[in-house]
Amino acid sequence: MESNQSSPSPLSETHFVASLDETPLQATDSVAEDSKPSNLYIDAWRDARRRPLFWISGVFIVLVIVVSVFPGLFTQIDPRLCDLGLSNNGASAAHILGTTKQGCDVYARIIFGTSTSLTVGIVATVINTSIGVIFGALGGFFGRWVDAILSRIGDIFFAIPYFLAAVVIMSVFVQYRNVFVIALAIGAFSWPGTARILRGQVLSVKNADYVTSATALGVGRLTILWRHVLPNSIAPVIVVTTIGLAGAIVAEATLSFLGVGLPPSVMSWGNDISTAQRDLRNNPMTLVWPSIALTSTVLAFVVMGEVIRDALDPKARARR
Amino acid sequence: MRTFKIASAAGGLVLTAALVLTGCSAPDAGDNGGGNSTAVITVNGSEPQNPLIPTNTNEVGGGKILDSIFAGLVYYDATGAPKNDVAESIETTDSQNYTITLKADQKFSNGEAVTASSFVDAWNYGALLSNEQLSSYFFESIEGFSYDEDSELSGLAVVDDTTFTVKLKQPESDFPLRLGYSAFFPLPAEALADPAAFGENPIGNGPYMLDGEGAWQHDVSLKVIPNPEYTGDRVPQNGGVDFIFYATQDAAYADLQGGNLDVLDAVPDSAFASFEDEFGDRAINQPAAVFQSFTIPQDAPHFAGDEGKLRRAAISMSIDRKQITDVIFEGTRTPATDFTSPVIDGYSDSLKGADVLKFNPDEAKKLWAEADDISPWDGQFQISYNADGGHQGWVEAVSNSIKNTLGIEASGNPYPTFAAIRTEITDRTIKTAFRTGWQADYPALYNFLGPIYATDAGSNDGDYSSAEFDGLLREGAGEPDITAANKLFQQAQEILLKDLPATPLWYANATGAYSQGVSGVQFGWNSVPIYHEITK
Amino acid sequence: MVWYILRRVLQVIPVFLGATLLIYFMVFALPGDPIAALGGDRGLNPAVADAIRSRYHLDEPFIVQYFYYLQGIFTGNLGTTFSGQPVSEILARTLPVTFRLAIIAIVIEAVAGILIGLIAGLRKNGAFDTVSLLFSLVLISMPIFVLAFLAQFVFAIQLGWARTTVSGEAPFSELILPAFVLAFFVVANVIRLTRTSVIENLDADFVRTATAKGLSRPRIIRVHVLRNSLIPVVTLIGTDFGLLIVGATVTEGIFNVPGVGNTLFKAILLSEAPTVVSFVTVFVIVYLISNLLVDILYAFLDPRIRYGK
Repeated sequence: MESNQSSPSPLSETHFVASLDETPLQATDSVAEDSKPSNLYIDAWRDARRRPLFWISGVFIVLVIVVSVFPGLFTQIDPRLCDLGLSNNGASAAHILGTTKQGCDVYARIIFGTSTSLTVGIVATVINTSIGVIFGALGGFFGRWVDAILSRIGDIFFAIPYFLAAVVIMSVFVQYRNVFVIALAIGAFSWPGTARILRGQVLSVKNADYVTSATALGVGRLTILWRHVLPNSIAPVIVVTTIGLAGAIVAEATLSFLGVGLPPSVMSWGNDISTAQRDLRNNPMTLVWPSIALTSTVLAFVVMGEVIRDALDPKARARR
Repeated sequence: MRTFKIASAAGGLVLTAALVLTGCSAPDAGDNGGGNSTAVITVNGSEPQNPLIPTNTNEVGGGKILDSIFAGLVYYDATGAPKNDVAESIETTDSQNYTITLKADQKFSNGEAVTASSFVDAWNYGALLSNEQLSSYFFESIEGFSYDEDSELSGLAVVDDTTFTVKLKQPESDFPLRLGYSAFFPLPAEALADPAAFGENPIGNGPYMLDGEGAWQHDVSLKVIPNPEYTGDRVPQNGGVDFIFYATQDAAYADLQGGNLDVLDAVPDSAFASFEDEFGDRAINQPAAVFQSFTIPQDAPHFAGDEGKLRRAAISMSIDRKQITDVIFEGTRTPATDFTSPVIDGYSDSLKGADVLKFNPDEAKKLWAEADDISPWDGQFQISYNADGGHQGWVEAVSNSIKNTLGIEASGNPYPTFAAIRTEITDRTIKTAFRTGWQADYPALYNFLGPIYATDAGSNDGDYSSAEFDGLLREGAGEPDITAANKLFQQAQEILLKDLPATPLWYANATGAYSQGVSGVQFGWNSVPIYHEITK
Repeated sequence: MVWYILRRVLQVIPVFLGATLLIYFMVFALPGDPIAALGGDRGLNPAVADAIRSRYHLDEPFIVQYFYYLQGIFTGNLGTTFSGQPVSEILARTLPVTFRLAIIAIVIEAVAGILIGLIAGLRKNGAFDTVSLLFSLVLISMPIFVLAFLAQFVFAIQLGWARTTVSGEAPFSELILPAFVLAFFVVANVIRLTRTSVIENLDADFVRTATAKGLSRPRIIRVHVLRNSLIPVVTLIGTDFGLLIVGATVTEGIFNVPGVGNTLFKAILLSEAPTVVSFVTVFVIVYLISNLLVDILYAFLDPRIRYGK
């Protein structure tokens, strides 16, 4: 982090050491004055784009997004056209992944379910992370009564099991049960976990030398938080967030299993998995296919999370 | 009514329980009748939702325990025929005034004598408004009953220790048939003195009794042992029954597979396809007194008047019941041909107009088009159901069947809980079709018709009203000859087939299986195993 | 430190009030009349329904109901369920069972998660790391009900290594299989987080210093890397509590464990406010205590964190 210290130091004016043009190490120590200004995030991007894993997971994520926006490009079959006569058929030319118990095409349902699952995952994660980061960072950094209040608010939300919240939210909005409502139900009651992890990191980082020196240099407190403390404490949050995104997609399945998920008319991987579970003994493949879709998407996001985390972390960059 | 709580309020998932492994060691006797009369049979159950007071129990979990620890005036044999239990005779000349004589020297398990007052006091307790008993409506036909204020059942009179008389508000010939239902069980004096304590440790006069204080381990199990005071026909052939409370049917099924359970009376839908292969002749799959349907409210848009009749028939004919019962239920449901059940005396599969229950896509389309000429269809057809009861599969299949046949939008509309949908049904704010079902409390045709379709009846959730139907129903209820009465009830159903206040779907079969160690397993008319006959 | 703990204990009061009020409001907001459901498909006589409703104060405004509840708490009465059972009895019966289940699960989670995460972190991008990544991903993307059904089918029914369901007393040995399912449901996070922290700390100044001092590698890993890596992990395990409750609802249903998860879920479906709120109150207290412990553990694990100013 020290290497990113870009605010001009008042000490540099006073020449305690030999000036650059007098030292033999000039070539190695010189500052490239014509290079573009850099900051943490630009550096991270430069680093990430050099890594193959970034591109592999990135392409997959883009693909998943394209599928979710334009499902019609990937299948001609209407996923809602279900014929009980075709119940639990295996793979065939017409139905390349077979059919479900209701006689719907498994492949088409996965394609059309992508957008629901992805939206639930992303929206829930955004809600979770934004509230969690604000509460955790402010609480950990400012401590004292700010911390006490924010942590206790977190406690209130955390003590309420999120499925209870989900039952209530999904029941109250019974006519408007859609992906955003379920994402809200999942995200709004899971952020205290993120907040606490970040707070713990902030607590351990805020006494670091570079924070003390930045404070000594008169850098504003919020600037210190944003530029020095947060980047150094965010790594575990990124890991937990990408896993949390997966968790949200799976949570949607679990809520369906408990009967408080999306209505069955909304196609989603979670709904498909929860329905297929009843048929586990007879037609396990209806469970396996949406699970594979879910696992590979989750994999892409987790790998992406790791890459971003490494890229954001100058120490990890140095290691490679 | 004792409705199927397993499939409704409690949900497939929820209840809690666990196993007590008592006396369930490896079978030491052969399984061909060489049973051991001291062996305890383990059976599945669910935590009773209310204290064990007969008039306050309206669900299966508590019901099957009460049936084993109490003896009513009559009991039902495996075919549903009433047999005298405590009663010596039940006599009437006009179907309105009954004289009931009890067998002499009947006792509760605490030694107290079962007398005419044991019945009359129990019934008065159950009927009194301020006692808030869930099954109080069972006494509504007895003179003096009131829903609005506390009033004594003036129609009941004790003649002597073993005789009492009943006067009904109007003639009802199937009254004696009802008397085996748990609401009509007798109660000992201490029950009325402290109902709360009694509900925790009930004392009955049935073939079994609770195995001492604390036999009921909440959420875990309840154990009953043979009652030495019982002198009726239902003599236990085993050393007791252990009701193990399960949170889910899947857990109970897993325990049967794992050898921790002897008798299971509800196969989870995940095992519908495999249980008959797995258990062979130890699997049970037979029709039961459970009728399932969905109800389209009378005032639903496009479903009233002549247009409504056409649309109701078209919807009914666009459902491929045979395919759905075969595929979704794997043959554990039987397609409906009337509004009652095949196990009930008087059931018919050839009522006039029953064709409307057969899958007929061409006719369905034609009728739908005729209705469109009266007023064009708009919107979509929805069936509401509670998501906590395992209904999603069939609702989706029925919706798809309607959608594929009529080419209209059709879908399921889940409510998260039974309470949520029940409230809307009770308040009449529900505007879509909704799931309905009926499990008979006592084996009689009238029980499937009167409470549901009679004008202003308690469970007439669709607000159906037909003077012609009401008339036939009343006539049948007063007809003392059961065959003649059933004829009238069949004619009444033919009216229902024209109006379709509810769309009959199928009868739920009793499904179950038992372990290798037990024999003599037979299911009663009400889908509950006849526990006292099981040996191990 | 003492002052810090005291202050934290005092903070329990507003959290308690806030959480119970919020939860009471949520249960109150549930659509549907719980009393209407008592009658089953048949429905209930309106007069009887009204009487039951007023017995449970369901006909009063929300805030009045809440005060009745608070009043009950201070007189040691947590209310009764709609079936007339005292809520306190249900708590006393179910809490120890779930507590046992959760403790076993957390131990499995912590041991397996930290061990796998540590090895994966020490050999970053090695074969073990890759396998553990895939393993944890499969666990993450498998809903717990699938995990539980599979475990029950394979280990109890097919192999016979465990009982299919848990019996009434819920002994330790029978809880191991459900506890494993529960632990595997949350272990992936611990693996990933431990790995990340280990990688980070391997490169920290204090590790370099220790290496320069000539300390042995096992000692460096044990004293410097692991101890510092455990901070976020300890937090995470502390916060897994909520997830464990969700997991417990499903696991307890499938393995028939007479614990909190199931009872609570049933109570929610029945809109039984006194039961739900009492359970959640206990959660709040358990959660606050575990948080307090985690915060104290911080100070122990990381000398840089100091409280009490």
